[in-house]
Formats: sequence, C-alpha cells, structure tokens
Amino acid sequence: MVLSKTASESDVSIHSTFGSRYVRASLPRFQMPENSIPKEAAYQIINDELMLDGNPRLNLASFVTTWMEPECDKLIMAAINKNYVDMDEYPVTTELQAIRPAISGAVLDPIGKRFNRCVNMIAHLFNAPLGDSETAVGVGTVGSSEAIMLAGLAFKRNWQNKRKAEGKPYDKPNIVTGANVQVCWEKFARYFEVELKEVKLRDGYYVMDPQKAVEMVDENTICVAAILGSTLNGEFEDVKLLNDLLTEKNKQTGWDTPIHVDAASGGFIAPFLYPELEWDFRLPLVKSINVSGHKYGLVYAGIGWAIWRNKEDLPEELIFHINYLGADQPTFTLNFSKGSSQVIAQYYQLIRLGYEGYRNIMENCRENMIVLKEGLEKTGRFNIVSKDNGVPLVAFSLKDNSSHNEFEVSETLRRFGWIVPAYTMPPDAQHVTVLRVVIREDFSRTLAERLVIDIEKVLHELDTLPARVKAKIAAAADEDTNGNAAAETLAHKKSDVERQREITTFWRKYVSDKKKTNGVC
Amino acid sequence: MVISSTNTDSAEHLNCTFASRYVRAAVPKFKMPETSIPKEAAYQVINDELMLDGNPRLNLASFVTTWMEPECDKLIMASVNKNYVDMDEYPVTTELQNRCVNMIAHLFNAPVGDDETAIGLGTVGSSEAIMLAGLAFKRKWQQRRKAQGKPYDKPNIVTGANVQVCWEKFARYFEVELKEVKLREEYYIMDPVQAVELVDENTICVAAILGSTLTGEFEDVKLLNELLTKKNEETGWETPIHVDAASGGFIAPFLYPELEWDFRLPLVKSINVSGHKYGLVYAGVGWVVWRTKDDLPEELIFHINYLGTDQPTFTLNFSKGSSQIIAQYYQFIRLGFEGYKHIMENCMESTRVLREGLEKMGRFKIVSKDVGVPLVAFSLKDSSKHTVFELSENLRRFGWIIPAYTMPPNAEKIAVLRVVVREDFSRNLAERLLSNIEEVLKEIDTLPSRLSTKAAHVTATINETQDGKFPKKSETETLEEVTRQWKRFVDGRRTGAC
Repeated sequence: MVLSKTASESDVSIHSTFGSRYVRASLPRFQMPENSIPKEAAYQIINDELMLDGNPRLNLASFVTTWMEPECDKLIMAAINKNYVDMDEYPVTTELQAIRPAISGAVLDPIGKRFNRCVNMIAHLFNAPLGDSETAVGVGTVGSSEAIMLAGLAFKRNWQNKRKAEGKPYDKPNIVTGANVQVCWEKFARYFEVELKEVKLRDGYYVMDPQKAVEMVDENTICVAAILGSTLNGEFEDVKLLNDLLTEKNKQTGWDTPIHVDAASGGFIAPFLYPELEWDFRLPLVKSINVSGHKYGLVYAGIGWAIWRNKEDLPEELIFHINYLGADQPTFTLNFSKGSSQVIAQYYQLIRLGYEGYRNIMENCRENMIVLKEGLEKTGRFNIVSKDNGVPLVAFSLKDNSSHNEFEVSETLRRFGWIVPAYTMPPDAQHVTVLRVVIREDFSRTLAERLVIDIEKVLHELDTLPARVKAKIAAAADEDTNGNAAAETLAHKKSDVERQREITTFWRKYVSDKKKTNGVC
Repeated sequence: MVISSTNTDSAEHLNCTFASRYVRAAVPKFKMPETSIPKEAAYQVINDELMLDGNPRLNLASFVTTWMEPECDKLIMASVNKNYVDMDEYPVTTELQNRCVNMIAHLFNAPVGDDETAIGLGTVGSSEAIMLAGLAFKRKWQQRRKAQGKPYDKPNIVTGANVQVCWEKFARYFEVELKEVKLREEYYIMDPVQAVELVDENTICVAAILGSTLTGEFEDVKLLNELLTKKNEETGWETPIHVDAASGGFIAPFLYPELEWDFRLPLVKSINVSGHKYGLVYAGVGWVVWRTKDDLPEELIFHINYLGTDQPTFTLNFSKGSSQIIAQYYQFIRLGFEGYKHIMENCMESTRVLREGLEKMGRFKIVSKDVGVPLVAFSLKDSSKHTVFELSENLRRFGWIIPAYTMPPNAEKIAVLRVVVREDFSRNLAERLLSNIEEVLKEIDTLPSRLSTKAAHVTATINETQDGKFPKKSETETLEEVTRQWKRFVDGRRTGAC
C-alpha cells in the first residue's frame, strides 16, 4: 500500500546534512536513541563535536606519537578489521610480532615455524643475550602499563617460587622504585598486592638514587625498577651504578634481587643517541625491559613491548595454552582481542627507518630540544630542570614565581593553541612546579622557535597583570568557569583577598578588552 | 662533501618498487636493518606479505566485527593520533566515552536516574573489563572479611567450565581460586544449581555467561539469582553475581528484551560487554558497568596528575587509541535501538538458514540452541571415519575459516565446528557456505579414514616424522604408510592453497 505524501515532506535523504533535522536535535547523551539516522549525519555530527578537542600535534604534553607517514596510515586502515589475537587466522600478522617463548611447539601452523620479528628486533636492540637465530622472549602489549604489569607478575611469581622452595614466607612481596615512577607502577602494586617502597626525591635530584634504592632492598623485594627516561624531566637513571651496587648486596645477602628497566620513553632513544650507555641486558641483573612502541617507537597510541632476558625469567605457569578458535596458542597478556594495526605499524617503522632512520630522527629531536632550551634560557626568566642527556624534552620552572606561577603560564599558552602542562614534583620536592615540553618527531625547529616567541608574549602579558593572591585560590577560580560563587565563599574569610580579586578581575577585563585575541583555548 | 656517483647507479627512487633492489633483499626478521628504505618500498613489502593472512570477513571463527561503514572509517582515521588517556587535551573524546557508558548502563537497566551518570568505563576488551570487575569484587570481599575479623587470604570465584580463558587468567594472575562447574554431555553451560552448591564463604562472586563462547547459549541468570538469593539468606554471605555478557550484551536487549539477565536482577553487581563483538566496532573496545558507586571500591581508583590536571583512572591500560570509542559512539547514534534490532534480526535469520541447510544434509547434529548468540555449532553424527577437524581443514581451501574444537571437561569427546554469524554475513554467503560444505563432505567420503581422532589433526606432522615414532605397533605403521600414499596420490590430483 502506497501512502501518498505531500511535496513538502520531501525525502529526508536529499537534504544536505546541515539542512536536515538531525542537526536540530540535541545529541543523545544518556540513552540510546530509538531510531537510526543516516550515516552522513552521524559522521558530520560527531566530526563537528570533535573539532573542539585539542589538536594532537600541538599537544606538547604527550610523549605519544601523533604523526605517521601516509603509507603507514594505509596499512593501518587495511588491517583495522583484523583481530590480533586470531593467530591461526592471521599467521603473517602474528609473525610480525608473536610471543613464542621457546615452548615446545604445540602450535598448528600452516606456514611453519614462526619467528617473532618485532620482538626479536627490539630484543637485539637491547642486547639480549641471544644467538643469531635464537628467538627472543617477549610480547607485544597495548602499552607500557600492560608490559609493566606482566613483567611485575613474572617477578612476583619467580620470587614466590624461590621463597616456597626455601620454605620461607612469601606473603609480603615488595618492589623498590623511585617516587618519580609513572602511575602504572602504583597501579601494579595496588592491584597485585605488592608493597611499593619508594625512594623519595629531593630538590635538584629528581630521579631514583641508586644507593638509597639498594639500601631499601630486603628479602621480600621482588625487583628494583629503574626508569630510563623519567616522565617528569626526561632523565635516565644510572642503571649501571644500580647494577653494581645491587650485585654487591646480592653477594652479601644471597637474595638474588633482579632489576627491571622501565624504558617506556628511553628505550628507543638510548640505543640511537647514546649507544655506549650501559643500561640494558648488557648488565647482568637486568631481567626484563619494557618500552612503549607508541612513544619514541614512533607508532600511534596502543602498543608497547615487554622483553625478557631469557626463558627462565618468564615462569611457564603464567603462560596459557588455549584452544581458542581451533588451534593451540600460547598467550601471556592481560588483553585478548585487540586491533592488529599498531603491530603492523611498528614493523613498518622498524624496516622503513632502520637503525639510521631512527638515529636521524632522534638527533633531530635532540637538536630541536637544544634550540628550545637555549631560547628559554635567553629570556632569563626560567630555570631549566631537565638535563641535556635523556629524553628530548625541556622541563623548566620560573625563576620567580611569587607574582605569577607556572600554571598561569600554561593556561595562557593555551590561548595560542599550545598545550603545555604544568605540574608539581612528587615528594619530597613538592614545592617545585615545572612546565614541560616534549619534543616529538613532528616538532620541527620552526615550531620550536614559534613556541619561544609565544612564551615571551605570555610572559609579557602576565607581567602587566597584578599578582594573584595564592596559587591555590587562583587555580580553583580558573578551573571552575562558573565558579565565581565558589571563589567568593573561599574569600569571604579574608576581605583582603576579596578586594584583590576584584582588582584582578577588573584588570583582566580591561586588558582583554583592549586586545582582541581570537585564540581558541 | 659530495661524492660523485656514476650514471649507471640511477637514482633508486626512479625505480618502480618491484624493479628496485628492495624486493630482492630478504625482509629483516631478527635485527633492525642498518639503513632506511623508501616508504613506498616499506609499504609494498609489508602489504604483500599480509596478503597471505586470512581474509577477515571470511573468518567465521571470530565474533569480532570485521566491517564498518566508510563514514566510520573516516572518523577512525581522523582520531588515530589521539591518545585516549589525555583527558584534559581531548575533552570531547572523553565525554563520548562517558556517553557510551551511560547508554550501555541504561540498556542494561542499571538503576540510575535519567540524568544521573552511570558507573563504568571503556576498556580494550572484555578481558580487561573482567579483570577490573573481578578486582572490584575481590577488594570488596576482602574489606567485608576484614571488617568481620575473618581470614581473607583464600578468595575463590565460581564459574562454569565453559568460561573464556580470561577468567582463568584473572584467577591465576590475581591469585583467586577458580571453582569450575563441570559440563556434561548435552549441557554445555553452567548449571545454576551446581554453581550455588559450590559457593562458600570465600567466594567473591559467581560469574554467569550470557552467550557462551562454545555454543552461544545464554545461561539462566534469573534462576541463578533466585537460588543464590536463597542461599545468601541462609548463610548471610552476600555473594554477588557478575554477568559476562561479552557477546550477549548487545543481543539480548534487542532480540529478547523480556529475558531478565541484567541489573533487573538484584544480585547482579557488574556486567561486561565487548564493544567489538555485537557492539559492531572493530577490535579493541570493551565496556564494564557497575550497578552503583558502592560496587566499585574507591581505593581502586587512582587520582593522578598526569599531564597537568587531576584525572581519576581505573584501568589496566593507560595510553591507547581513541578511535574505537568514537566508533562505538558513532554506532550508537547512527543505528539507535531500531538499527541494532534490525541487524540482530538479520543475523538470526541467516543463522536459521544455515542451520536448516545443515540439518537437511542429514550428517550433522546441531549443538547450539535457537535462543542465544547467532551462531551454529554442529558436530558430525558419525565421526568414526572422518572428523570435524578434517572438514575444517578442507573448508579452508575454499577460503572459509571455520574452527573445530573439543568441548571442555567433562564433555571432551564431543568435537564441534562453529560458524559465527556476524553483521556482514549475508544470506548469500550462508547459502554459498552450505554448498561448499556439501562439496567437502562428498570429497572426504571418497577418502579412506585416518587413524584416530587424536592422530587426525596432527597428520601434517606425522608425515614428517620418522617411522620410529610408533615402534611398538606394526599395524599402525602399515596404516600410516597407506595414508601417506593416499595423501600423495590425492594431493597430486588437486591444486589448492591451504
């Protein structure tokens, strides 16, 4: 039965998206909508909202890769519908990565013996003690967090087995790290019920002190974790010294405490820029290393690697042999199904760039870092907190933050489009606040120079403003956009503060009215 | 300093990729190559090798989505360089995740008000979701036991033997004992009565599956809830339920809305679902939703000052891509409730066609049920001469990837083939598959039978091993030789890629 329609009720499909009713309706937020909408409308609506996200390439807060070559994008799109865990269905993809810790092969594999290419390449990069055709022990993960949890699990299990064999209690494992560790170590400790013994930082020394670390080691320590490329200021911890001190202590105590190196950022930098630096498997106590493929491995977010020295360092009981979709496959990861694109992209980068390509890129990053650092030093207003050797980043604090602090600089820079975070150091250096700019592959010298200019502009602007009363109150007031009420209730106790606030607001308005800035936050 | 080169060394970049030296060199496998190669060569080399991977859309083994609309692919590519965890930098992406959580919570009838935010988060898949849910249960149970002054060092979890491997991983990695309800012939899911019997004071939760991996069946969560409620009243232990709705979570609400399995049942405290299965998104996204705030212990949530602002986080992974979250939201608003319903109905229709076709052949026993995940699991009525493993291998020649596997204890003697019907498996493909199966049956009927079920799926390796493998039995030796001869004879007649 055909229902006749009047001409005005024209077919929805001929409306241009912005002429259709879909852009008039408010987007569903809490419940799934009842009806479908055309795909163009869905695409446009979501695309438009996402315009308000920050620009990933101007996000100087993150180490994670934000640009890859178009050829690689093609490969990524082509592999997006391959579920990485289907090893039997996608044997080539699996071969590009695969975990195959020399377990006697129960693998039904139509192509024959498998080699783990990426894992092997990275293991060799870290000087794992392998023969030329020996397969390395390692696994691809979703990121360094998962890699660290797996490595931690392996240490915990090895330690428990050792203690059980000795007939000693094994219910209070602990791990020794610096207070500068990235949050995933704290997660590991809390979720897997391991005590975290942190070596506190101090003013001027923002990494783990190997001596203090070794002092904290006791019989319940499952491992000591050193960081190659501290998140806060990019420094490399002195793994060699740690190895030497720990070897001595092990001789005295007989505890055999091993080392894990969290090379999330540094793992793809040190081998190219500082090849003589001994931090990897060349040191005998280092049993496992993790590195993020999506940081200086130059791949988009979503891939990390965990490498073990040899089979013994990965307890067999943690590896599952499953008969998932018809074939036996060994698996040791926390995640199961995930996309294959990043593994393929990592392999692309490894063979596309090769050793010289990575080195060239890291040298460029370092060069641009020096340009930025010198530009900042020249302004005379900043202390450089990061070192020259380490991850290419610049961490800097204001010489004088009595009238304006680093958080204000960060907010004001946002107007120019730059995302530069400001944060306080962990204990015991909480009084130090820094701004941090990470130099990634796609941060050219031009951008570095522009950033310096913009920072100078920001300083100039802030100088014309009166000081805020306290960093805390200021931050609170700025973070709630509707928060005038909140700020005022805080200020009610002190009328001084209220007055100064009024003055600040007046000036701010005055100044911003004078300048018509068109920057988007 | 410029080093002059002779003309014969024409610039590499002029050579078309296949004329260049890059395709002559063996591709690096163990060590990073010293030098760079042009991006076109890198692309071509990798692309060509990957041609040998199976075709994802013919992979009938997997539940995971293998096709999305081109508009969505555009959105995915545009957000591939956004690190999802940078909440401050990408606030809209973060908000999209929250909207998805709210929608899914409402879909599962979570007791949240219309404008109230639900408790849940996006994960990389159901594995991570299950580990987080399990962690929450473990911590709550420990807190309760500590408060009661009782020992809390031996937690356990009750599930069916049909659970997906990630429950076993959770148990092993987080040191929780796994108490499995064994299956039996004809009953391939967890029996609620037996499950409740296994519950003791150390049980942190009972996990029920909505959409068993093996047969697609939905477990009777309602019955489990009733029996467990009664037991809780008697014992006072307050044992909760978790529903692993990895596959079923996006099917039941659309096809079987009157089926009570979700938060409508009071003991269900958390549910996980895979966005990348019937959520219709590519691999890499899962969801976990808790009933209320109280079901997620505050101490498990980290408040971090990562890149400058405070952000709460409770996940095992940290940095990851944003594409899948955006794709999930796309699907929700693009399809809406009716869209999902239509797709699921189509899947069931194709399943029915496939099932009836198989039944008509008279050689198969259908092991899966009508109600459940749209898949067909079937075994051979007579597997004395040929097994489902052979069928599976032979079907591979036509391009179909259909797995064969044995059931878990105590039904190990049953071996099945399983075809999962996804969104992109049309009726045409179903009919084509049926005709290919018939061809394969005809073919293997003409072949002599292989030795035994066990030996059957390692035939490939036996051909390579020495005769000395079975020195004790000369009968076996002869049979082996005969098999080998036949295989060679038959292989010589056919050409086909495995």
